[in-house]
Order: sequence, then C-alpha cells, then structure tokens
Amino acid sequence: MLSRFLNNRNVLGMLFMAPAVILLVVFLTYPLGLGVWLGFTDTKIGGEGSFIGLDNYTYLFGDSLAQLSLFNTLFYTISASILKFGLGLWLAILLNKNVPLKTFFRAIVLLPWIVPTALSALAFWWLYDAQFSVISWALTKMGLIDHYIDFLGDPWNARWSTVFANVWRGIPFVAISLLAGLQTISPSLYEAAAIDGATPWQQFRHVTLPLLTPIIAVVMTFSVLFTFTDFQLIYVLTRGGPLNATHLMATLSFQRAIPGGALGEGAALATYMIPFLLAAIMFSYFGLQRRGWQQGGDK
Amino acid sequence: MSKLTRRDFLVSSAAAAAATSVGVNAFAAGPGAAGADSIKYPIESGATLRVLRWKRFVQGDEDLWNANVKKFTELTGVAVRTDSEGWEDVRPKSAVAANVGSGPDIVLGWFDDPQQYPTKLIDMTDLADSLGKRYGGWYDVCRKYGTKDGKWIALPLGVIGNALVYRESQIKAAGFDAIPKDTAGFLKLCQALKAKNTPVGFALGKAVGDANNWAHWLLWSHGGKLVDKNGHVAINSPETKAALEYAKQLYATFVPGTLSWQDPSNNKAYLDGQISMTANGISVYYAAKNSTDPKLQEIGKDTQHAHFPIGPAGKPTELMQITQMMVFKHTKFPNAAKAFVQFMFEPDQYNPWMKASIGYVSQPLKAYEKNPIWTEDPKATVYRDSASIMLDHGHEGPLGQASAACMADYVVVDMVAEAASGSKTVQQAIDRAADRAKRFYKA
Repeated sequence: MLSRFLNNRNVLGMLFMAPAVILLVVFLTYPLGLGVWLGFTDTKIGGEGSFIGLDNYTYLFGDSLAQLSLFNTLFYTISASILKFGLGLWLAILLNKNVPLKTFFRAIVLLPWIVPTALSALAFWWLYDAQFSVISWALTKMGLIDHYIDFLGDPWNARWSTVFANVWRGIPFVAISLLAGLQTISPSLYEAAAIDGATPWQQFRHVTLPLLTPIIAVVMTFSVLFTFTDFQLIYVLTRGGPLNATHLMATLSFQRAIPGGALGEGAALATYMIPFLLAAIMFSYFGLQRRGWQQGGDK
Repeated sequence: MSKLTRRDFLVSSAAAAAATSVGVNAFAAGPGAAGADSIKYPIESGATLRVLRWKRFVQGDEDLWNANVKKFTELTGVAVRTDSEGWEDVRPKSAVAANVGSGPDIVLGWFDDPQQYPTKLIDMTDLADSLGKRYGGWYDVCRKYGTKDGKWIALPLGVIGNALVYRESQIKAAGFDAIPKDTAGFLKLCQALKAKNTPVGFALGKAVGDANNWAHWLLWSHGGKLVDKNGHVAINSPETKAALEYAKQLYATFVPGTLSWQDPSNNKAYLDGQISMTANGISVYYAAKNSTDPKLQEIGKDTQHAHFPIGPAGKPTELMQITQMMVFKHTKFPNAAKAFVQFMFEPDQYNPWMKASIGYVSQPLKAYEKNPIWTEDPKATVYRDSASIMLDHGHEGPLGQASAACMADYVVVDMVAEAASGSKTVQQAIDRAADRAKRFYKA
C-alpha cells in the first residue's frame, strides 16, 4: 500500500518538491510576509505593536526624508545602472577581442567584484576624504585644482561620488556576464556580415546587439535590483549624509527600524521598495517574452 | 530561593572584600561605605554569562575589563564570555536580542537603549540603591538614564566625556589666553582662529557621537529644546532661531568638509594639524601623547581641553555618550548576572578599569570622582565632570523610543547642518525638524 502510494508519480513529484518549497516558505515567503505585515503595524523594538492600517504608508508618503530617499534611490539606481551598462558592455567587447594576456585581464576585471563591499567602501571613504583625499592631492600637485574637492560634503558631489563607487564595484558583474554572452555568438555571423560589407558599427548594431539582448535583459535586471537595494556602500561611505543627500530607502529603512526602534515604519519603507523592484523584474520578463525568437519565431 | 553554595559565599565575600577595601582605596568611596551593605546574590548552579559590549577605544579598557572578568570567574566559577562589537553595532544587536528574547545576558548599550524596551530588562533597583548608597550616589543624569517609572532597568557604567580639544598655541596666537566661557566670546575666538588660517571643525555629518554632542549643546545653550517636559515638540521657538543664527556664523569658521564628517573625521583632521579645535573624547589627546611620531607628540603637548561655553541658557548644556549595563529577562541566570554587574562596579574593579581607560570613561557614581586619573594629568580633569554637567539627549522631555528615534534620525544634527550650511533657511530647518520630531513624539 505504502510502496504503491510512494510510486505514484504525483506523490513522488510532491515529495521531491517539498524540500525546496519548505526552504522557500521558511526563508523567503515568511520573512517577506512578516515584513509586509509589520508595515501595517506600529511595532516598536521589544514591543508587540498593533494593526494601524495604512498609517505608516500615508505618513511616509508625506515625509520629506522618505521622499528625498526615494529620489536618491532612483537617481542612484538609474545613473549607476546606465554607467555600469555602458562601461560594462565596452569592457566586455574589449575583452572579447584577441588581445595578449586576455585571460589575465579577464581575471583582473573581476577584482572589484570579489573585494568585500565594506572594504571597498572604506577605500573610497579615504579617496573621497575632505582632508586626505589622494585624488584631490594628486590634482593639486598637478596644478589642476587649488583646493581639495569636497567629494562627500556637498550634496551633489556626494551623490555622484557614491554612484561612481557603485559603478566601480558593479562593472565586473556586467562585463563578465556580457562577455559570456558575446562568447556564444558565432564568428561566422561576423564573417558573413563582413563579406556583405557591414562596417564594425553595423556589425555591432545588427549582429551583436540583437543576440546579446536576452543576456542584457537578465544582467541589467539583476544589476538594477542590486543597486536599488544597496546598503553597505552607503552605510560605510556616508551613512546617508551630507544633509541626507545620499540616504537610500534601504539605509533609511534600517535607520528608522533598528537604531530608531520603529520596526513598523522601517518595514513599511522596505515594503515601499517592492513595487519598484517588481517593475524592474516585469520589464525584463515581459521584454524577453515578447521576443519572437524565444517563442520559436524568426523575429 | 536556592540555598547558599560555596560560590554564593565566594561572591559575597568578594563583594564584601571589595567594599571593605574602600578604606585602602580612599579615593574610591565616600564616607559610610560598608561591605555589609553589599548584596549577596545566590548564584545559580552551572551559571554562565554572555556579555555584549562595545569594542574598546583604548586598549587599557579592554585589558582591565578582561582581567576583571577573569577575576569574577575565578571567584565564582561563572564562565563569562565577552563579545565586542563596533559601538554602533551594539544597539541593533541589543534591540534584536530584546525583540526575539534570546542572545546575550548582559549588554553594555548606549544612551537610552534600555528605555526602548524596559519590559525586557530585569529590575536592578536593589543593586542601584546599594551602589548609590555606598559610593556617593548616582549623578542625576545617570538616574534619569537608568530608571523607568521609578525602577532601575539598567546601571550606567560610565560616561564617555566630550569636550573641546584645542591647540593652546593657536588659541594664543589668535589673541586669547583660554577658551571664553560664553558663546559670544567663543564665536569671536573661532572667527579669530579662522582669520589666522587655523580654522576649527565640528562634525555635521552622520557622526553618532561627535555631531550629536555639539549640535545638542548648540541648541540647548541658547535655551532651545526639541521637546518640553511633557514630550510635546517645542523646537519652533525664538531660542532655536537664535541658536541656528549662531550656527551659521560659527560654520563660516569651519574647515571645509564638515558636512560629511563621521566620528573619526575630526580626530584625523586634528591630529594632522588641519584644525585648531574640535569636540572629542580624551582619546585624541592620548593618541597624540603616546605616539612615537615627534609631530604628534608636539600636538599632544600643545593640546588642552575645556568645557563648552555657556550660552544664554545660563548653565552648562553639554551632551556626552553614556553607556549602560542592562540584564535581559531572557537570561537563565539573573542572579549571576546581577552579581557580575555588582562586581564590576565595586572599587577594586572599577577604579583600575577607569584608570586603565585613561580618562576615556568617567564615573556615574560620585565617589569615583576622587580617582587620581582626573588629577595626575591636569589635561584630563575636564572629563571628570562629564556626568555632573551633562544633560540627557531627550532633554527636557522623557527618555524612551521617541527620544531614541529622534537621535537615530539625526533630527537636531540635520536641522543645525541645514541652517548652518545655508541649504535651508533657519525657519525651514526648524519646521522640518518639528515635523520629523512630531512623528516620533506623537504617542
């Protein structure tokens, strides 16, 4: 009876899936659900809290600091993602060419990715220091500037400084992933295009880009997600300063929830991020679905 | 109540010995200290303790702490594990422990951490009363930080003093013999220092300690306050406006970059000779004094400390960091935990620890004012008075989740930074601070 039950295809399927389902529920669905639920409560650290409906959300909607952090997050994500894509693609194309020491250079590119974020953030903290910046020092010695650049003390300087630090860290992921995609494109396509008289730009536009698009979509989706939820780099580099100009939703959520003790409000802020993240995923998912080649078509 | 064991006898004897040794360590305790008043906690069988504390800022603190822990273990048999974390990481870890009801038994937290989760902490009123009675009493600010509804929920272990740190030669070069005692004179000094190309620098970034310390002083010294005695937001006042107008003038004398400064930034700038004055603990002086670099040694010799000037409020209005020992209710060994806390406050442990901390930690109990650490090097004397002159960061309202949230959200620091830097008008900065504070104080 038991062996017949266990030999049932449906039962077996359920049993094989069970560990994965349990893991997903325990480590993904439950924390996410709890976070969303906390956002509807006034829970404080060490307290029980009670249901307050949309109170946290309506407050945050009008909270100047939350609005600023949303703007900062969007600015940070969009500008860093565009830069990472442009530079990453350029780097991938360079590394795809037959250059001497190709393997060595490919390994070097990965370095920023493998350095712990907190360590690289500390390095940037020194590079951007108002008094000790080696960048300012070098530019001063070269006679290009006459006073040190206030990288992190001016709101817009600080925004761009954090973006550049994020770009430095994120480029390897984009570059290596796109390089992997480039490696899958058959050289015969370029040969055919060359025989037809296509210029390098035309080869890139009509051969490389269309075939790389699925990889680009996946890579950029992940890149956007990582950037939108960035925490460590900002926390070490600026903690949201100056004048909250680099506060991201993730850092503000932490600040309100843990040091500030307002778990409910912090959770609501984190929940506010979900629609943006979903939009990024959906954009990529449906963008890929619409492509004819994935459906077996020829367009 | 379990019966008296060998270990109970030992810890009682240790406490008694510590108390009776007060006569030997005359600087430690006031008259009337008596070992007979110490509490004898019957330590639970098989007790072990986990203590979470902040990572040392001066090596001597950690060395003596560990020596005291070892001594406690030898006396009682209670194994104690100390976990050290970066000081800003203690608060979240402690909060998580409070929230989930598991984790360290004892935490050395900051500011009003205990006030955020008072129901999760064991009542230490008996111990606080005993220590207060034997060692000259608690300073008022320590009592406010440690008590909730009349009960002691945590014992303030010490105050990390914050004072003006300045280059004596540069102050003199600017035409002043000492730091002026009033805010008007202080502004003139800073302007004179700037004119001499020896600017000052006070943190205005997300510096948990340094920025909060001086920004609160600035507000309070002019009579401004975030909330009144009942916890109603009272920041929109002529006094706050006066404070921010003053901040604008003071900011003009700062070295560039202070808007981005975090806690280590002013230390670095001061020790590099780029600023003539900042606000800090005594550590920056000792870093210079104990350095092997002749340049730093010279800075150490030239360094002096002073209290912040008194403003129109007419009284000292300084804010320092306070660290508190709290015992969580989830501990399986509350008696062992309380015995440990008591042990650390006794003169045989506390005096050497304070001495080894080279003045970085000042006393919460008045009897320990007499520790020679404050007079052996006169440059340290200013820090002795930390607890006696400081106000709590919730001033003048109650301490609790709202005061913690306002501090964590940098409400006062942001207001000062916005007005001082000109990114907002004085009134806009005040209005924004009021809106943010009202959210936290709404309950």
